[in-house]
Amino acid sequence: MESIPILIVAIPILAAILIGFKAPARTTAMLAAIANVMLASLLCLKFDHTAPAGVFQFASSLAVLDQPSISLAFGVDGMSLIMLLLTVIVTLASLWTISDKVKSPRLHFVSALLISAGALGAFLSTDVFFFYAFHELALIPTFLMIGMFGRGENPRKVAWTITIYLGLGSLILLAGLVALVYHTPAQSFDMTTLLGSVVDSGAQKWIAALLIVGFGTLVSLFPFHSWAAPAYAAAPTPVSMLHAGVLKKFGLYGLIRLAVPLLGEGMAIWADWLLVLLLGNILFVGLVTVAQRRLDLMLGNSSVMHMGYIFLGIAALIASGGNNSLALNGALLLMFAHGVSIALQFALAGKIEERTGRLEFENLGGLAKKLPALGLLFGLGAFASIGLPGFANFAGELMIFLSAFKGIAVGDTPLAELGNLQWAAIAAFWGVVISAVYMLRAYRSIFMGDEPRGGITAGKPLDFEEKLPFIILAVALVVVGFFPRILLQYLG
Amino acid sequence: MPAYILEFLLVGFGLILLMIESFTTLKNKAVLGKLSAAALLIVFGLLFAVDSSADLGDTFRDYYHTDSAAIFFKGIALLTTLSVVLLSLDFLPVLRRGINGPEEADKGSQGGIGEFFSLPLFTCAGLMWMASAKDLVTMLVALETVTISFYVLVASMRRNVGSLEAGVKYLILGALSTGFLVYGIAWVFGATGTLSLEALSAASPEQWSTWAATPTLMFGVVLVLIALGFKVGAAPMQLWIPDVYQGAPTPITAFLSVGSKAAGFIVLWRFLTPFLASEAMAPKIILILAFITGATLIIGNLAAIGQSNFKRLLAYSSIAHAGFLLLGIVSDAPFSTIGFYLGAYLLMTIIAFAVLTVIRSRTGSDELVAFDGLAKRSPFLAFALVVSMSSLAGVPLTAGFWGKFLVIAAAVDAGHYILLTIAIIGAAAGFYYYLKVLKNVFWNEPDEGIDLDSQPIGITTKALIIAYTAGIFFFGIYPTPLFKALEEPAPAAQTAQR
Repeated sequence: MESIPILIVAIPILAAILIGFKAPARTTAMLAAIANVMLASLLCLKFDHTAPAGVFQFASSLAVLDQPSISLAFGVDGMSLIMLLLTVIVTLASLWTISDKVKSPRLHFVSALLISAGALGAFLSTDVFFFYAFHELALIPTFLMIGMFGRGENPRKVAWTITIYLGLGSLILLAGLVALVYHTPAQSFDMTTLLGSVVDSGAQKWIAALLIVGFGTLVSLFPFHSWAAPAYAAAPTPVSMLHAGVLKKFGLYGLIRLAVPLLGEGMAIWADWLLVLLLGNILFVGLVTVAQRRLDLMLGNSSVMHMGYIFLGIAALIASGGNNSLALNGALLLMFAHGVSIALQFALAGKIEERTGRLEFENLGGLAKKLPALGLLFGLGAFASIGLPGFANFAGELMIFLSAFKGIAVGDTPLAELGNLQWAAIAAFWGVVISAVYMLRAYRSIFMGDEPRGGITAGKPLDFEEKLPFIILAVALVVVGFFPRILLQYLG
Repeated sequence: MPAYILEFLLVGFGLILLMIESFTTLKNKAVLGKLSAAALLIVFGLLFAVDSSADLGDTFRDYYHTDSAAIFFKGIALLTTLSVVLLSLDFLPVLRRGINGPEEADKGSQGGIGEFFSLPLFTCAGLMWMASAKDLVTMLVALETVTISFYVLVASMRRNVGSLEAGVKYLILGALSTGFLVYGIAWVFGATGTLSLEALSAASPEQWSTWAATPTLMFGVVLVLIALGFKVGAAPMQLWIPDVYQGAPTPITAFLSVGSKAAGFIVLWRFLTPFLASEAMAPKIILILAFITGATLIIGNLAAIGQSNFKRLLAYSSIAHAGFLLLGIVSDAPFSTIGFYLGAYLLMTIIAFAVLTVIRSRTGSDELVAFDGLAKRSPFLAFALVVSMSSLAGVPLTAGFWGKFLVIAAAVDAGHYILLTIAIIGAAAGFYYYLKVLKNVFWNEPDEGIDLDSQPIGITTKALIIAYTAGIFFFGIYPTPLFKALEEPAPAAQTAQR
């Protein structure tokens, strides 16, 4: 059983290598993705619910360096299991959307597999070094893919922006992580040892700042968000799905896994700043999203905006010193839900573009009549994204909002006694309205009306194989929406 | 077997090659290159048979280190030289034209090839001896063996103006730096009365405070630092690098970039160890080094951004890497960090030069535009460049990342936050200029006029690229073997030696 996490990371890399050596691309990639879904399910089945929190199961480790202590170690706990499920589901769907009609499908499959392997490695690593290292596996494929096959006006400029931005962000993160480890007595990169130790309180403030900026850049925290929307808009569909859906959660996962438990004092110092920044994500970027006139840019911005809610969950966690299980559950649930829903939306946007060649709202319209299945699925994705009950996003957002009010007696507390966190949560709630405005408007201009305005054709209705990746994602959203316990049971 | 046998063996092989060239009539002197490679391979094999605890006898005991750092760097020197010789075999057509002029070369003239393949053996012997230098005179002599053979190698394409220009520049600046070195050594000797670095290490704190009381010793140390700065390409002594790298024959550029730099760093490290261990001298030296480091990081990384010639880009990249290595030394990183960094640097730089050698001999150009659309013309070379550039840029899971990571970790540990900031900005700039190469390779369309398949890539070059690419990934994920090789033997043995 210990070898399963290793296998999960190795399979996509091996598949990518095989495809590089001329193995049939689509078959190999799909087999790898399905194998990973099955292995992940196996881990879910065998997961020991009685194990105490913070213990990595199915753990294996190979010592690499003594001083500082680094090992190539993999393992799973509840948090990483949820991220693992998100990754394998989105990977399966994103690989499926790569059609053989694209230019150089082989490169598409290899890149998507490597990005996925990077995310899997990061989520399954129980050593901070490799946790960081695997995440960067996506850097070069993303750069090459956006530059070669990007859409929009100037994909190459976008490719440079994302690469330099994320490169710099991850270097800052690296400095922060190294400082974090070096300010513990054991100086070990092993997560279990690290999480069991205490970080020098004098150094906490600056380490926390480095981690917030470093992880924050990767998650597109306001004001480090400007790379994200253009990059997602420009990237080929599978890359945007994996990047926005999965890879971006790495930063949040890192903050929840390392920064919150280890840097209680340090994070508390920046908590109010974090509230300002996350409101920047929700309200400012939210309004920017409303102003978008292209579907891909709108989705990119909406993805940036929704990061704000998860940061709100993290802020609630910080405020309670890490002991707010409602906030933790809500944040992880929303990470999963957002990952699936944004992947679904980017996949649908890719399909709309494939069929009509357009993504500007003014040139689309009436697609619901031509492609009813697409309309239904887009509606599901849009409702999920707004946070309507019945979808996983709703459950996550609700838990986060409630968690911000933990310990506040409803009705008895005068408004004046609410803290910054509570006010931020109240302000953040307006984000839901903003989401509704842009999502419904997008739906209206793309799907409602009689005919497409740009004089475009939509082709024949979607066949089953085209629909399948969307269905997988939509089903995941609805099932988790109705039964969030499917995921939350792993958090204990 | 004591380690110094290897150097003698190598010099012997070099002499034999020269004899073969003089006394036989070879139609195709490429065979000398193969013999040279075979000699290097034999010595590399023997490196593993070296008994590092063997008694060196009175002749060598005080002049010659056989610690793991020395052995490791002998390995680096041998591998670099072997790679250079193998690349030269693929570069032979260009080389023959450069040495003999196009008309003569077309007639089949083989002039100068024999020397070109035997000189690297002497250079390598010098590099290996440098790694073992225990005192300043041995250091100087070994360094000069290397430098003098490099003067010839750099200028060897004598019908090529660029190569000659590079040769002259290298000669003048190299001679200048030798002057600094000798002068500096004289001052150090004058101040301390010893040339032995071991004796300096063993000196008592009182002795150090007497030495440090007057500026004499410091003056000598600074002169030596300037001279070694030339060798490793530290700012502001880096000015020669871009021009010389650009003009020298491509395999020799690789040799300069890896071999010369690695040897420079081990000498720098050996020289600085006693001074950095003394409380009286260390703060001042660290301050000087910190300025040099900051300047090297800034100049190397920022100047690389604007380059459109691949060789010049690699030249500035080598300056940038010198900056990172210096940061390691300033931050008092353990020697394994420096050693590992240089080992990784060897792998990734040689791949880059191997690809460049192929491109140069097919297209006649070193410019980045010559790489346009390489992904379509030769997926193999394109992949090799992806690996090499990612590793140079420090993308995780490559060997290059470990080097940068350990240096950054050392800097965090030492608390050099200003230098760390510069290094991080520099590394981010690195993402730009290394990926710029990949931009040409993947994004740009190939120039139809240039046919890459006209000559297949030489089997040795191909094997070299495959082996080093595998090495980058292997050591990127599991660097332990290299760290084990760099580990000092148990400290008990060391004190017994003293």
